[in-house]
Amino acid sequence: MSSFQNIGRMLLPVVVLAAGLALWELVVRVNDIQPYVLPSPYVVFQTLVSDWPVLSESLGVTLLTTLEGFIAAAIGGVALALLFNQSKWLEYSLFPYAVILQVTPVIAIAPLLLIYLPQQTAVIVCAWIVGFFPVLSNTTLGLNSVDRNLAGLFQLYGASRLQTLRYLKLPAALPYILGGLRIAGGLSLIGAVVAEIAAGTAGAGSGLAFRIAESGYRLNIPRMFAALLLLSVAGIVIYGLLALVSHLVLRRWHESALGKEN
Amino acid sequence: MAEPALSETDIDSAGLAVRLRAVIKTYDNGVTALGPLDLDVAKGEFVSLLGPSGCGKSTALRLIAGLSAPSAGTVNVSHHANRKDGRHPIGFVFQEPTLMPWASVRENVRLPLKLSHAPAADADSRIEGALAQVGLSEFADAYPRELSGGMKMRVSLARALVTDPDILLLDEPFAALDEITRFRLNNDLLDLWRRLHKTVIFVTHSVFESVYLSQRVTVMTARPGRLASEFHIDTVEPRGEEFRTSAEYAAYCREVSSALAPSYSGQRSA
Repeated sequence: MSSFQNIGRMLLPVVVLAAGLALWELVVRVNDIQPYVLPSPYVVFQTLVSDWPVLSESLGVTLLTTLEGFIAAAIGGVALALLFNQSKWLEYSLFPYAVILQVTPVIAIAPLLLIYLPQQTAVIVCAWIVGFFPVLSNTTLGLNSVDRNLAGLFQLYGASRLQTLRYLKLPAALPYILGGLRIAGGLSLIGAVVAEIAAGTAGAGSGLAFRIAESGYRLNIPRMFAALLLLSVAGIVIYGLLALVSHLVLRRWHESALGKEN
Repeated sequence: MAEPALSETDIDSAGLAVRLRAVIKTYDNGVTALGPLDLDVAKGEFVSLLGPSGCGKSTALRLIAGLSAPSAGTVNVSHHANRKDGRHPIGFVFQEPTLMPWASVRENVRLPLKLSHAPAADADSRIEGALAQVGLSEFADAYPRELSGGMKMRVSLARALVTDPDILLLDEPFAALDEITRFRLNNDLLDLWRRLHKTVIFVTHSVFESVYLSQRVTVMTARPGRLASEFHIDTVEPRGEEFRTSAEYAAYCREVSSALAPSYSGQRSA
């Protein structure tokens, strides 16, 4: 790929964004639309700056919840996959329930969790529920995709279960685990937001999603947009960070992290 | 067939490295892949198992390695080595290099020592030694993806040699390589065999390779694989390029080919 094309690839989305914002600003100004109906991008930006103390605090709360849910999902997903890999019976007994937990919409589970659990715990559990399944299923796939001959070699040299796990299965599964984590990062944010909205309607909370719900009731539409913008940026940053970690870990050996010229 | 099973010391004193008696391998789906097969391999001998694809020659190798158990018959392997010092009686080289892509060449070669809890003290010097034997000392820190097909195969060979095994089992190791690389690795393997006095069992479907390398070529039938015939390749050692181009070599190849032909005629898709 030429450097010209490379620049084009980076530049085009920015151009589209600028054009979209300009059009939006134009439509709002020409039609003189009120901010409580549709705020212009400029007003949204102004709100972001003026409401920063409130919004940044909410952002912190949501990010912390997401992080806790993500860590729980990562540990829980990998640990369950390892357990399933060691015992087929455990896998047969429990895997269906993992699937059920995954296919039931979290927005429907959240109100129930809020009844039975303290609010902060319930929100983290929601983030965990949506995040752990991709980690579990990806790790399981990775652990099962070990090269058959390499497994034979470990058998030949009398490797113990632990050695096989540590030196063969886990490294072989690593690209899959990282792929699962990348999905789980975004999903944990969604889980946290869903739970916050459910909690917000119960009248408590202070995360970004709660700010969105609250601003909606107060017809503070610019703040809704500002909070939404922060959520999107947070999602992008989370994905970018996890992609970077994945690249750094795999760059020496895995196809996904190698340049095309190889 | 009613011959009693021999203990490992018995086959040791008989000067054998491997003895198979009436060995049959039937898979779970009911397909009989191998046998009944009888095979004796003397210590220090270079034997080829030659046969069509699917005749069970790789299965035979896996049985000798202990990677799978025979459905009937006995498999005896001479066990000299004391596992504690990181020696392992058997080295195995697969058709693919079968390297861990996440580990450097050095770490790949270290694997057998690590798994059999060899003392760490001399591990490094053993790894250097094994890499030197296959001529890859300079590539110890490279990753498998940075190596050519032939070099990967050399790493695989070094890994098999690092435990100083008595028996080397090679499962069509050079089948996927280009001809020039294969010739060179053939010569290197012969050289290693002459220097290290290992027992080598070499599985291949190439008549030319088997005649060039081995002291004895055993031709196998189509599935289920049994012994069809045997050829002793008696020629002036050490062998080299002049043997590969000699009339004697061509004659051996013709002879072995004609013995192999019936194994193929039974196959529908040969």
